[in-house]
Amino acid sequence: MEVRPILSTLRRHKTAAALMVLEIAVTCAILCNAVFLIVDRIDRVTLPSGLAEHELVQIRLSDIAAREGQKARIARDFELLRRIPGVKSAALVSQVPFGNRSRAGGVNLTPDQPKATLNAALWDIDEHFFETTGVRVIAGRAFAPDEYHDFNDVFATGEMPQVPVVMVTRRTAEKVFPGQDPLGKTIYIWTTPSRIVGVVDELARPNANVQAPYSVLMPVRQTIGSGYFLLRTDRAQRDAVRIAAVDALMNADRDRVVVKQENLDDVRKDYFRQDAAMAWLLVAVCVALLVVTALGIVGLASFWVQQRTATIGIRRALGATRGQILRYFQTENFLLTTAGIALGLAGALAINLVVMAHYELPRLPWIYLSIGAIVLWLLGQLAVLGPALRAAALPPAAVMRLR
Amino acid sequence: MLGYELELAVRSFRRNKALTLLMVLAVALGIGAAMTTLTVYTILAADPLPGRSQNVYIVHLDPQELVDYVPGEEPQDQLTRYDAEALLREHRADRQAMMTGGWVAIQPEHAQVAPFRAEARYTSGDFFAMFGTPFVSGSGWSAADDEARARVAVISQSLARKLFGGADAVGRTARIAGADFRIVGVMGPWRPVPHFYDLYYGKYADAENVFLPFSTSRDLKLERDGTLNCWGTQRSKDLTSLDASCVWIQYWVELGSAEKVAAYKRYLDDYSAAQKSAGRYERPPNTRLYSVMDYLRVQSVVPEDVRLQVWLAFGFLGVCLLNTVGLLLAKCLRRSPEIGVRRALGASRRRIFVQFLVEAGVIGLAGGALGLVVTLLGLWGVRHNGEAFAPIVSLDWTMLGTNFAIALLASLAAGLLPAWRACEVTPALQLKSQ
Repeated sequence: MEVRPILSTLRRHKTAAALMVLEIAVTCAILCNAVFLIVDRIDRVTLPSGLAEHELVQIRLSDIAAREGQKARIARDFELLRRIPGVKSAALVSQVPFGNRSRAGGVNLTPDQPKATLNAALWDIDEHFFETTGVRVIAGRAFAPDEYHDFNDVFATGEMPQVPVVMVTRRTAEKVFPGQDPLGKTIYIWTTPSRIVGVVDELARPNANVQAPYSVLMPVRQTIGSGYFLLRTDRAQRDAVRIAAVDALMNADRDRVVVKQENLDDVRKDYFRQDAAMAWLLVAVCVALLVVTALGIVGLASFWVQQRTATIGIRRALGATRGQILRYFQTENFLLTTAGIALGLAGALAINLVVMAHYELPRLPWIYLSIGAIVLWLLGQLAVLGPALRAAALPPAAVMRLR
Repeated sequence: MLGYELELAVRSFRRNKALTLLMVLAVALGIGAAMTTLTVYTILAADPLPGRSQNVYIVHLDPQELVDYVPGEEPQDQLTRYDAEALLREHRADRQAMMTGGWVAIQPEHAQVAPFRAEARYTSGDFFAMFGTPFVSGSGWSAADDEARARVAVISQSLARKLFGGADAVGRTARIAGADFRIVGVMGPWRPVPHFYDLYYGKYADAENVFLPFSTSRDLKLERDGTLNCWGTQRSKDLTSLDASCVWIQYWVELGSAEKVAAYKRYLDDYSAAQKSAGRYERPPNTRLYSVMDYLRVQSVVPEDVRLQVWLAFGFLGVCLLNTVGLLLAKCLRRSPEIGVRRALGASRRRIFVQFLVEAGVIGLAGGALGLVVTLLGLWGVRHNGEAFAPIVSLDWTMLGTNFAIALLASLAAGLLPAWRACEVTPALQLKSQ
């Protein structure tokens, strides 16, 4: 295809051509960054928790007024819960991933370290934690039955808490003891030593902290305050199990209120609602941008075809084939789109620099720039196809008659 | 005045129905996106205490250990219970209140209604006067009530209706957290946006339904909620006790003049210095006194996402306008013969220019009207996405005006270039080619 005649035609339509290039450039710049942000949001929304979320239900109760005898009541509650048909396992935990309720502390390698090695979520777990949540132990062992203690005996003694054994997540182990076997190593959360006896695979922090995805598990039964139960059941049965469990718990003891009763899937949904909404909004903007740009190309190309009807007729009369006319408009569009994309990619990088300053986002990877470029090339060709086909279909005779 | 231009514009639109519709739609989509995001932004960045916020300040002290101390760094934005109670006792501002969030179980009088949970705020007497909360009936409680750990409560109108029906709740008794509380005030509708006085409670949370004296809440060991930051070694069983080194209390003061602000800041520095010499503080005085709006800025309350959405929407509007400019231009060039005839018949360049601006303006207004529909749809979507601020998102008259102003200005700007090109048309050349 000869490019020179196209360029000389475009030179006579500088302003319109420049506008189209600019429109494609802005669309391309926004598109590249938007797609990058969408992928970032999807990564957040689908962050693995390490729990069998689809099969879990959480119930949290609270006493109407402070009272004694919590431990006996929790034992009774467990009894009631395990009797409910469909409940495979029940545990009492201090927090759940994406549940907003969180306890954290510094992990140190020596008792008198001035600045902690890292900050980790601190989980109090009971004997039923692993079979209930589905969290996997990948090295070492789970806690032995005699290693579990009641919360009050560990944290409310008026002395420094003593937690002789702990488990950590894989990523915590890799960060604190890079390249070493973490089993048997000692860490300090307070000034007292804790020996690592096991490593679990994945366990997301309650606040989904992706910068510091660290967790330490402690064999401590949550016997303070009121219960925070996790129930494992079948996915299909979870609503029925949840309702039955709340009924059973409340019928046994009416001096309390239900604080929360949720399927863990909903906990995730609530936590990432804003991210999901943002991702959808970005998708909508991308689609709208592409539609508007495509329609703009169609509109402008149609006008050019009409305007050049005479030229097309003469070319056809002089022996140009339909294919040549078609390719003429396609090439013209390709040139304009390419110019727009080149400008747009520079714009995308500029926007990325600004966005980087405000968000904790890395530099825009090249893949997104190529996605933007390819999408716009395709869009341009698709948009110009209609007008170009119409131009190619013009019979030379009809055109000549116009003169 | 512009009658003839309008008539010509309508005729020209009729000739190119699809194209006109396309331009109107593009403007509408752009305007709709821009207005939706701008409306959300202005609501979220609003002044929660209009007319008062400039006199209301939050107090920050720096009670942490010397470990990790970086000079000039922002101190914690909550206080320890010890410091909050000390400042409240010394009473140096025009008004002052300590507070924290929590929740309580409420047992209605009728046994058939199950006990339920209500969001609560534990605070001190000046809260209501300082923040200018509206009262339907009754009022807040006194400093003496705080002192006496009185079982008094202020409740919201909706809770009053739930508990007592239509009757006046003031003077009645409510069973809260297993204790009897006397209702002293019923608050009218009050929802400061953002929930500035306790951002940890939820930046855009609704105001609480129950307000109780802080002293009473500690007496009854009521459940607290929010962020509690501790340091050092806690030897106490209770992290909310007076001697715990944990910050969890928000402390607000009202200071009527710049002199009072300066004096109060000096007082805070002196207080910190005294605490340091007494051995309670390790760090040198590092205090802050932020007005409501400054505090919201420092805490960057408006979500970054919302800011980004505004930029994105205006970028999109820009693309829509570029699109309109291109199409208007193409259209005007095609109408060169018509322009030539009009010019030859005596129309001035000015009239041709005005003609094309009128066409652009009509497209803008039509786009603005349709854009309003898009905006309303967009806001409906925002209201239904389940975010905390969803219920308060709505369009007001200012934004309605802004909607049409942006639509008109944008389309006129888009019309400038085509109109200019149109009036540059040489009549002789066009007539010759016909």
